[in-house]
Amino acid sequence: MIRIISILVGLFFTVALAWSFGNGAYQQITEPPPVTAEHEFHRHPKEVHFASDGAFGKFDRQQLQRGFQVYKEVCSACHSLSHVAFRDLTQLGYSDPEVKAIAKGFQVPGIDPNTGEDAMRPGMPTDYFPKPFANDIAARAANNNAVPPDLSLMTKARHDGPAYVYSLLTGYQAQPAALLKEFPDAKTPNGLHYNPYFANLNLAMPPPLTSTGQVSYGDGTKATVDQMAKDVSAFLVWTAEPKLEKRKQTGWPVLGFLLFATILGYMSYKNIWYEKKKHKA
Amino acid sequence: MAEQAVTDSPDHVAGDGVRRRDFINIAAVSAAGVAGVSILYPLISQMSASADVLAASSTEIDISAIKPGQAIKGVFRKQPVFIRNLTPKEISEANAVSVSSLRDPQTLAERTKEGKENWLITMGVCTHLGCVPLGAGEGETKGEFGGYFCPCHGSTYDTAARIRKGPAPKNLEVPKYEFSSDTVVKIG
Amino acid sequence: MSFPWAQQYKPVNPFMRWMDEKLPLPRLVYNSLGAGYPVPRNLNYFWNFGILAGLCLGLQIVTGIILAMHYAANAGVAFDSVEHIMRDVNWGWMLRYAHANGASAFFVVIYIHIFRGFFYGSYKAPREMVWLLGVTIFLLMMATAFMGYVLPWGQMSFWGAKVITGLFSAIPLVGDPLQQWLLGGFAPDNAALNRFFSLHYLLPFVIAGVVILHIWALHIPGSSNPTGVEVKSESDTVPFYPYFVAKDGWAVGAFAFLYCLVLFFFPNSLGHPDNYIPANPMSTPAHIVPEWYFWPFYAILRAFTADFFFIPAKLMGVLAMFSAILVWFFMPWLDRSPVRSGAYRPLYRKFFWVLVLDALVLGYCGGAPAAEPYVMISQIAAIYYFAHFLIIVPIVSAIERPDPLPTSITEAVLGKDENVPLMASPTAPFPGTQHSNA
Repeated sequence: MIRIISILVGLFFTVALAWSFGNGAYQQITEPPPVTAEHEFHRHPKEVHFASDGAFGKFDRQQLQRGFQVYKEVCSACHSLSHVAFRDLTQLGYSDPEVKAIAKGFQVPGIDPNTGEDAMRPGMPTDYFPKPFANDIAARAANNNAVPPDLSLMTKARHDGPAYVYSLLTGYQAQPAALLKEFPDAKTPNGLHYNPYFANLNLAMPPPLTSTGQVSYGDGTKATVDQMAKDVSAFLVWTAEPKLEKRKQTGWPVLGFLLFATILGYMSYKNIWYEKKKHKA
Repeated sequence: MAEQAVTDSPDHVAGDGVRRRDFINIAAVSAAGVAGVSILYPLISQMSASADVLAASSTEIDISAIKPGQAIKGVFRKQPVFIRNLTPKEISEANAVSVSSLRDPQTLAERTKEGKENWLITMGVCTHLGCVPLGAGEGETKGEFGGYFCPCHGSTYDTAARIRKGPAPKNLEVPKYEFSSDTVVKIG
Repeated sequence: MSFPWAQQYKPVNPFMRWMDEKLPLPRLVYNSLGAGYPVPRNLNYFWNFGILAGLCLGLQIVTGIILAMHYAANAGVAFDSVEHIMRDVNWGWMLRYAHANGASAFFVVIYIHIFRGFFYGSYKAPREMVWLLGVTIFLLMMATAFMGYVLPWGQMSFWGAKVITGLFSAIPLVGDPLQQWLLGGFAPDNAALNRFFSLHYLLPFVIAGVVILHIWALHIPGSSNPTGVEVKSESDTVPFYPYFVAKDGWAVGAFAFLYCLVLFFFPNSLGHPDNYIPANPMSTPAHIVPEWYFWPFYAILRAFTADFFFIPAKLMGVLAMFSAILVWFFMPWLDRSPVRSGAYRPLYRKFFWVLVLDALVLGYCGGAPAAEPYVMISQIAAIYYFAHFLIIVPIVSAIERPDPLPTSITEAVLGKDENVPLMASPTAPFPGTQHSNA
């Protein structure tokens, strides 16, 4: 009895699925989904390497400091970095007084100690990077109806994070003629910018890094667009996971010990089973 | 396990084999023990103060408005700190006490900065069990020694915030501080 | 409860004797995880996954309790509190990665454990109750994992909560009010987040309780084994301690190695980048998928794209997705073959491997975008999935001619090697173990 019921239930599901399949297949043939410009022209991030990559990866602190400088002088005009505190910058190799000075250079929201009203005050090491816009509506209003996302976790919040950031920053270009020929309707709208590394090809953010020497690096590195993009991507790897280096450094001894313990455990297992297994040998 | 190795070994493994096999079992169990104990370390360590708490920085407090005989409560590390402008009478009262008779012997001079003996800056945390003593706020009782009085268990402090009576073992703690200017004190 | 030759607990020192009279906990451990529990000697490595699953549960409970010390279940700060754990709490990054990847590890282990059961017929009499409790544990695990994934309050958390509770809105008449009741609102927000946190904290302990029943039910007939032949004599078994303690011990080591490899070097490989974007009720991610362990079932959900007579496609999908798991409950009665182990069932074995492949295909399609060809592939794979359990298994079990079974476990272990002379060992560790072989 149960088998008859089960076969009937089975037939119900399989027939319903076959029905869906048939409908889908029919649709696929009669009206195949249109090919889109995104599908044809979207590109995967460029290949790029960072010092923090790989199992032995470590941050290049000089590079992180340069990347921080790019963030501070370029990105921070529109993008917040809300999960990072000034005190965290000591991890980039800045000394305490340097961090204090950096923090002082930012105005953070506070209150007037006498009146209790909202007021801006110079930052302290314990403060977090201030947001450039008071809220999303203000951000939208100032940025052609697009909210510049927070950058703290950017390299973890996108596939191929750092490579994506680097590619996006260096990927601005004129819309290819082939695209316009194939998809005349897909012309980049006014106020947007063509970038094949962005999911829907047209990005509200204007090219932020435009010329060599846009920032002047203190360590003498030539600030080409490529270099700045790389540096700020490396910096954003750090902001997304400041514990990355410690994680990898902890991982090695842990794995080493586990390998040793597992081998011991295996030998002990063989040893205990010796009597039970030897008949087969 | 050890018992096992002993019973099944003698006929098959000669001489030191018994001990070698026992050793492997013991080593394996020890490795498991080491692993177990190592895991405990982060599990315990996570409960101690996190980086953002430890970084809670110094507090700067404006003391220009405190008249002699008045006190204010500031906040340092999420706890009250008492800043008191002592009157000459309070200072002389504090200096009149014989230090050797105190439970926690300290002079007023040791508890203030040189040249600023009228500024008594202490944590507002009773050294008994951590209540906030009375005496800093307007109209609060200062206790029989004119300093602070802890209502929880009756600890009484004098005008140098030294323990004089009650269960507290120590004087009110003087935090690390410095005068950034004549009117601003930086605690921590 | 156990075999007559099981070793008896004999407390030696006076304290243990005293303890044995007042609270025989050591005796319980001895009889369930110690020398007092005889286990078939021929268990292969697939039998290690039960212990590993228990280990994963313990790991999740311990790391979870710790994360709860730092996490804040409030829609305004939940995301930030997770980042606080990652950045500022001592070892917080490790504990959080351990918990997030621990869920994946748990599901890897549990899927192997379940498919072990499918292959070796572990669900068959007299172990039906073990199986039923096991499927219950799996359902509880899925609920727990889903609610846990909501807690970080990232984009995937939010939309996962919305979509999964949306499944219930497919139920005719009561659907919409039901979804609203589940969420405590019109969309996921504080109310949903708080109840998910509360239940996410509770359910693991419920799971632990059902696990105890699962093991209890298992210890009544004792463990099954790769031949599926029941234990007949003492020579078929070895005591759990030390034999399987040693085997499980090194398996735990190997598991821990692989787990730590992922934890320390690829901690985000199984997660989705979108969950590092704070929840935004105004914008759905381009490509929303659940965690990988739900993919096969998600593929089944999405496979229903056309209304079937009067049943809307949405309801069909939900019905099928739940049925895909519920059908496991009926395995002991769908499969009527007298032979337990797939090792002696040539036809069933072939279908088993097709099922494994099918589940992998479903999993792949479930993680892929909801577009062709993935939808059509998952439709075909889902057809096989239901056909396998509801049509093929009952029919195969009726018509199949199984291979000859060994007469005993001992024969299965020792009888194959006829060239090797049996050892006439006078020093068997347990009297009789080897004499009966000879």
